[in-house]
Amino acid sequence: MKILVPVKRVLDYNVKPRVKADGTGVDLANVKMSMNPFDEIAVEEAIRLKEKGVATEVIVASIGPAKAQETLRTALAMGADRAILVQTDDEVEPLAIAKILKAIVDGETPSLVILGKQAIDGDNNQTGQMLAALTGYAQGTFASAVNVDGDSVNVTREVDGGLETVKLKLPAIVTTDLRLNEPRYASLPNIMKAKSKPLENKTPADYGVDTALRVKTVKVSEPAVRSAGIKVADVDELVAKLKAIGVHS
Amino acid sequence: MKTLVWVEHDGSAVKDATLAAVTAASKLGEVHLLVAGAGVDGVASAAAAIAGVATVHVADNAAFANALPENLAPMIVDLMGSHDAFVVPATTTGKNVAPRVAALLDVMQISEILSVEGPKTFTRPIYAGNAIATVESSDSKLVLTVRGTAFEKAATTGGSASIEAVSAGGDAGLSSFVGSEIAASERPELTSAKIIVSGGRALGSSEAFEATITPLADKLGAGLGASRAAVDAGYVPNDYQVGQTGKIVAPEVYFAIGISGAIQHLAGMKDSKTIVAINKDEDAPIFQIADYGLVADLFTAVPELTAKI
Ligand SMILES: Cc1cc2nc3c(=O)[nH]c(=O)nc-3n(C[C@H](O)[C@H](O)[C@H](O)COP(=O)(O)OP(=O)(O)OC[C@H]3O[C@@H](n4cnc5c(N)ncnc54)[C@H](O)[C@@H]3O)c2cc1C
Ligand SMILES: Nc1ncnc2c1ncn2[C@@H]1O[C@H](COP(=O)(O)O)[C@@H](O)[C@H]1O
Repeated sequence: MKILVPVKRVLDYNVKPRVKADGTGVDLANVKMSMNPFDEIAVEEAIRLKEKGVATEVIVASIGPAKAQETLRTALAMGADRAILVQTDDEVEPLAIAKILKAIVDGETPSLVILGKQAIDGDNNQTGQMLAALTGYAQGTFASAVNVDGDSVNVTREVDGGLETVKLKLPAIVTTDLRLNEPRYASLPNIMKAKSKPLENKTPADYGVDTALRVKTVKVSEPAVRSAGIKVADVDELVAKLKAIGVHS
Repeated sequence: MKTLVWVEHDGSAVKDATLAAVTAASKLGEVHLLVAGAGVDGVASAAAAIAGVATVHVADNAAFANALPENLAPMIVDLMGSHDAFVVPATTTGKNVAPRVAALLDVMQISEILSVEGPKTFTRPIYAGNAIATVESSDSKLVLTVRGTAFEKAATTGGSASIEAVSAGGDAGLSSFVGSEIAASERPELTSAKIIVSGGRALGSSEAFEATITPLADKLGAGLGASRAAVDAGYVPNDYQVGQTGKIVAPEVYFAIGISGAIQHLAGMKDSKTIVAINKDEDAPIFQIADYGLVADLFTAVPELTAKI
């Protein structure tokens, strides 16, 4: 079976985002960009399923600027087999991303699509669920365990009160949570090998998807800043401060 | 505008996150609720008593028992024929269902709204809350998820909504519920606790977490939270995680103990009224947002605090 893994290029999670002075967005010029951490987990899971003999091919896809190629190469270096870059310099919303991915699914017919649960830039947490709606497939979101069993997959999900497990008919859509696995680092030989793996170039128009924004960003501003308070000298002073605001047993 | 609010419940009671969503929806127009599940009469009556609600739609069907989105979404899409906005608490269940409905309606969802600025204009956090975007929808219907800490909770009494049965829907045959591990706890739920005591990687083991953090929480009647590092290391279950990709909390008092204060953690707790940090590193970033910081070894400071408070 084939597995499709959509990956997004985002501001590296270690970089502190800075709001642009003109209020149009977050400054992405000359800052480190990386694969969305949840997507690394998704790539890792797909590769592990291939290593276990469950999957036969892992395809990665990214919608974004030419530079998203680097993100795809990283996924190829981790062990994915081939890549699709749907190139656009425009901002594309989750709904349109899901429509492009739906078209890719129609062409590639993967048994499993593994996405991240959220991209850490927009924090939308939508694309996987939307793709599931558009394909009419079952969805297992926030996965901490994925077990393929014949023509179905059991997904253990991180939910508010703990964990729950659902059984989904294949083909299905899975989104990853933090505890699913620990992604590997690509080795140098694999980084070299990745350079010659196939990477197909497409555009949203090739899939007939209109990417005009439905939700317009009016402005982006800094959140209210919280100023540091005081350092207390010892536990006694802390207890006194807490009692003063009504905190005691 | 007619809104339809998804009622989050546990089979018997309406969950608090719903009440914040009701407040957000009431800023848009008439509030209708959807109670979906199996054997949910009790939930429906509780929902009808929420202040300001016009109608409670009750979809009582075995196929809706475990909130499987494959079964729920078509029924909700049907109901949305007569509503203009689907308003959903940003809980794990809400986040699972809402985008599936949005895509079927061909609507671009707006996630985790913090405020209602106009009939189609909202603010929402991006980049782990390091930026706030004001966004405006051009879709004919709205699908919104609501951050619970950003809106007052609607009163649970005073309403007398009519109750209407929804007959549509059934098993889509795509998915089934296998089981869950939901720990029963006497402790206040994280998202509604007045006080939260959270521990981080510094605890070193689940035994140490239990011996150091838990007694302080017990003494204060507090909820228990943790950083991702503490959850990943297995000191506590996954649902303790506070942060960008865990729970968003805003209690009266938040204790961050042995937590460095990574932006992903701050994203989940920086709206707490008072923040107390205990960390042995005086330069830990958590001190930049703490109201009361104590530079100390937690293994001596926390037991002393527990004894003296
Ligand atoms: C995609 C993604 C999502 C994430 N989501 C979240 C999230 O939702 N929530 C979250 O919390 N993190 C999240 N993280 C992780 C985050 O980046 C940090 O790694 C994590 O918060 C660190 O946890 P910590 O503060 O417990 O550990 P550390 O950063 O290791 O800090 C431990 C602290 O304990 C102090 N300490 C050590 N010993 C003692 C002692 N004896 N007494 C007192 N203090 C002591 C140290 O000085 C240090 O400050 C996410 C990361 C990624 C990539
Ligand atoms: N531009 C993109 N290209 C490829 N995959 C994407 C893109 N945007 C989102 N995704 C996928 O959808 C997931 C959820 O993103 P979001 O709904 O934006 O939070 C991500 O973790 C990716 O797996």
